[in-house]
Amino acid sequence: MIRFGNVSKTFKRARVLDAVTLDIAQGDRIALVGSNGAGKTTLIRCLLGEYTHDGVVAVDGLAPRDHRGEVLARVGFVPQIPPPLKMPVGELIGFAASVCKSDPARMVAVIEELGLEYDRIRKLPFVKLSGGMKQKTLIGVALGRDSDILIMDEPAANLDPEARHIFFRLLAARKESGVMLITSHRLDEVAALVNRVIEMDMGQLVLDDRVADSVDMASRMRCKITLVRPDDAFARTLGEWHFTGADREWSGLVNGPDRLRFMCMLSRYTGLIGGLELVEGKEGAPCAPVVV
Amino acid sequence: MSALLRAAWLDITESLRARWFGFYALVFGGIVVVLFVFGLTESRILGFTGLSRLLVTYIQLCVAILPIFILITTVRSVAGDREAGIFEYMLSLPVPLSAWYWGKMVGRFSVVFLPVFLAMAGAAAWSSFQEIGVPWDLFAVYTALLVALAWSFLGFGMLISALARSSDVAQTGAFLLWLVLLLFLDLILLGVMVRDRMPLELVVSLALVNPLQSFRTAAILLFDPQMVVLGPAAYVILDSLGAKGYLAFALAWPVCLGTLAAWTGYRVFRKGDLP
Repeated sequence: MIRFGNVSKTFKRARVLDAVTLDIAQGDRIALVGSNGAGKTTLIRCLLGEYTHDGVVAVDGLAPRDHRGEVLARVGFVPQIPPPLKMPVGELIGFAASVCKSDPARMVAVIEELGLEYDRIRKLPFVKLSGGMKQKTLIGVALGRDSDILIMDEPAANLDPEARHIFFRLLAARKESGVMLITSHRLDEVAALVNRVIEMDMGQLVLDDRVADSVDMASRMRCKITLVRPDDAFARTLGEWHFTGADREWSGLVNGPDRLRFMCMLSRYTGLIGGLELVEGKEGAPCAPVVV
Repeated sequence: MSALLRAAWLDITESLRARWFGFYALVFGGIVVVLFVFGLTESRILGFTGLSRLLVTYIQLCVAILPIFILITTVRSVAGDREAGIFEYMLSLPVPLSAWYWGKMVGRFSVVFLPVFLAMAGAAAWSSFQEIGVPWDLFAVYTALLVALAWSFLGFGMLISALARSSDVAQTGAFLLWLVLLLFLDLILLGVMVRDRMPLELVVSLALVNPLQSFRTAAILLFDPQMVVLGPAAYVILDSLGAKGYLAFALAWPVCLGTLAAWTGYRVFRKGDLP
């Protein structure tokens, strides 16, 4: 579906992409990981037809640069840093929907599903929204149309747990129908969303591996934590995960795809944890214990 | 609505929200108000009085400040948007590059020309209301000259924005261009070249090529047909082209120059990295 053939990109004397060859098939959900300067954003910009380059980039045989209309109509893109647009959100949605030949109501529906009140933000300048609100709006634009190629740069970084859950569910709904390319500095952030991991370093692919994670992207886990003693820092962290409780007893919900990230967080407080219960279940269905 | 018109409308609405636009409109509207307040409609120069006198002064002020306003706001907007990451996102949408670029140009033309024109039109409307005669022929020619001047500097601005990789470089380039063209006005270097008896062909060529000079010469031509104030270069130009011929040249040349610069900018934009 997507082919990068010997793609190189040089800025002045710095070689940012070095003969990258990569084939992406329909159904691939790729975590593109690597440190800063590894070449992830440059690779994405080549795929979006924004950078000139050596080698070949083709989407179903079409070069994005030469066939912008056909290729980009299929691409939903969420950048890591939202653009500082002064236009109101409504105008952004209107412009995006018109050039994508989509119904703005679909984009609005996704935005509202992610927990934003569209009527409240419609007239606000996009640049004045909080980081999470901007992210939700851009996700709405990307998912609220017929895009079978999703390119997302740290898409869930600014989302609260509830919005992350809905976002994962929206991705789950379309995971077999196209291609997802999700970049992140940390694999644990996106591990559950993907079935393939590609690591970049110094402009080259250094790892291309399959991931077999059977987690249901729409699932949620009920979690109960008992502490050996109260701790303010841990309480604040649990608050960020929307957990409730006080002193030594805490409980809350963890999105299935977030469980690795949650475990990583818990590992920092291992000495404080006296008891831990995680029970998995589909949303709305009874939970079956899997980890105690 | 076509993608070009959408891109143009987007640029217009973004500009209307920007602080520079308020300042820009205030300056050009303010100039007209100040000229009225200082009674320029009642003073006389070279036999000109009433609104003609005001328009002549207004157009001479425009030649000095309009180009730098257009250049700086254009490069700040276009190169600045690219630097801020707006191009990265907006050009990930399936909008044709030609529609994006030329839409931006059309949008910017509207926002830089309209305040200047509306200030002039406001002066004409007020003069009609006050029963001061409105010289509509002069008004029409000055409007056309302003269109030509605005278009040429907009073209330069788009070219500089396409060539420069940062807004700082673009602003420096825009300022230098304005300075060079300003220096080669008859008031400054051209005058010195004539006084130092440089080849007249060179002086005349520079006077013709410089869109600021062609604008100034044409504006003066309307109320000083012998162009006494411009000196020998103007005589040669008038002898070669005649008054009407020169006026036609002064309207067509900046438009051609601006279109050529904008087209070159478009080629650079299309061939290079977009964000």
